[in-house]
Amino acid sequence: MTLTLRRVAWHVGVLALLAIVLYPIVWVAAATFKPSEAIVGSLQLLPTDPTFANYERVFEGVVGVGVGRFFWNSAVLAVLSVVGTVASSALAGYAFARLRFRGRTALFAIMIATLLLPFHVLIIPQYVVFQNLDLIDTYVPLLAGKFLASEAFFVFLIVQFIRQLPRELDESAKIDGAGHWTVFWHIIVPLCRPALITTAIFTFIWSWNDFFGPLIYLSTPDKYPLPLALQLFIDESTGSDFGALMAMSMLALVPVILFFLFFQRFLVEGVSTSGLKG
Amino acid sequence: MSRATIAPDRRAEVAPAGRTGPRERARLSGDGLAGYLFLSPWIIGIVLLTLGPMVTSLYLSFTDYDLFNAPTWIGLENYQRMFTDARWLRSVQVTAIYVALAVPIKLAAALAVAMLLNSKRAGQGFYRAAFYGPSLIGGSVGVAIVWKMMFSDDSVVDQVLLKFGIDTGGWAGNPDFSLMMLVLLATWQLGAPMVIFLAGLKQVPRELYEAAEVDGAGRARRFWSITLPMISPVLFFNLLLETINAFQVFTSAYVVGGPNGQPAGSTLFYTIYLFDRGFGDYRMGYASAMAWMLLLGVGLVTVFLFRTARGWVFYSGDSGDKR
Repeated sequence: MTLTLRRVAWHVGVLALLAIVLYPIVWVAAATFKPSEAIVGSLQLLPTDPTFANYERVFEGVVGVGVGRFFWNSAVLAVLSVVGTVASSALAGYAFARLRFRGRTALFAIMIATLLLPFHVLIIPQYVVFQNLDLIDTYVPLLAGKFLASEAFFVFLIVQFIRQLPRELDESAKIDGAGHWTVFWHIIVPLCRPALITTAIFTFIWSWNDFFGPLIYLSTPDKYPLPLALQLFIDESTGSDFGALMAMSMLALVPVILFFLFFQRFLVEGVSTSGLKG
Repeated sequence: MSRATIAPDRRAEVAPAGRTGPRERARLSGDGLAGYLFLSPWIIGIVLLTLGPMVTSLYLSFTDYDLFNAPTWIGLENYQRMFTDARWLRSVQVTAIYVALAVPIKLAAALAVAMLLNSKRAGQGFYRAAFYGPSLIGGSVGVAIVWKMMFSDDSVVDQVLLKFGIDTGGWAGNPDFSLMMLVLLATWQLGAPMVIFLAGLKQVPRELYEAAEVDGAGRARRFWSITLPMISPVLFFNLLLETINAFQVFTSAYVVGGPNGQPAGSTLFYTIYLFDRGFGDYRMGYASAMAWMLLLGVGLVTVFLFRTARGWVFYSGDSGDKR
């Protein structure tokens, strides 16, 4: 009896805490259906008179660019980032985990060191390079690093994953005459799927949320991804159209929230095994 | 892309063995060529996007460079100027206060929730995922906008505080509270360290608690003498990660305070000032020097953390963390 009571108390306590943590998301979802004047000034959560006017204004676009365009740009960047990161990190991970070559230990140490390197040290010279190559205001600076396995976290994650796969699998394939590419493509990649999926999901979300890169490199509004469009929207509306601002923020968050709901198992497992950041 | 690069090597591997060609020699000394081929995207990246820029940025930090005219060598001037630059000093102060508040508060909250969730009760997986959720969106522009809105004058947080007779005039516009608002935003993202804490807590052998309970140790005693030492490797890992991340916060600060750290410079983070000097004023030399000072600062803090870790991080036989 007391055990049941304790269990109920535990659930009530956790749910109360959860309600506080998730309140901002509920709050913004409700706010998108309120007129701007009603968003502040009252503790009432649900809109008295729900309106779609905020969303309608968002779909009018910002500085003549439709909101669909910003979504498309974000999606293009995210998908290309995923393809590049998964491919290049898997190749590097296989080399570090399974192949023996001169300098491997030193290169691996460099890879680990870059995990802790603040990227601010690199942005200015990188910017100078891309400017000299006339690539400012293109997606190349935002994607180059993705295709070159620059996110050491993922290389490390994949290395750790491959290391715990039984070596006998690739060794027996090699005896049967399989080359490195065959071993990689037909044995390692299929077995690595959980690590690759974790890499893909995090890359997608990070790219979707990325603000700093686009802020530095992009200057034409119709190339903007959503986060930059949101900032532009604040600047353009001089911060008074709260309703539309909330609606647009909500639209930018929805894909990540959906992604999370679909893949939460991979995400949470990925974090607890590798210490990845959200 | 990768297939084209790798294919020739595969053919070489499948070719009949027996001759002492370059391939055979490569095989004797390991997988030489194949290794470099598989690693080639990473090697190109590390040279062109990491090591090259690091050297360049170190050079630029000793120059006056505006992106349009050739850099001119000015020695240590950029570094010297920082210490008399009021805004730089301000940015160091803001960042130091933020790191000193956000990291312990976030970790304490994460550990508390992890301990609450660490039980065999039903629904644990759901709760874990739900608390983790905010970690994924917390650093985005959308959430920063919502956060600022919730903490603005007369909005929901202000209304609740007014009920208790506390009038702050909204945290977003009040220089005394704006940084605390960002600390709370960091704390809201407690899910990522929480999940890591949970993994650590699961490794603590139950017998230890049972034995301690038999010996009459209370809750607090069990926490200090069993839980904390047993999860100290995980705690250290989280501390290191969160500290490095806290130094680099940018997006939320930029959305809340803009390039000048509004209100009244209270959110002028180091990274914001670096961005403003580099990409607002095009003082690329100065900004590069600032970046190296940041690296030095983060490096010193990291070394300091590793030093102290010797005294409080315990690695026990089988339950210790690999990191």
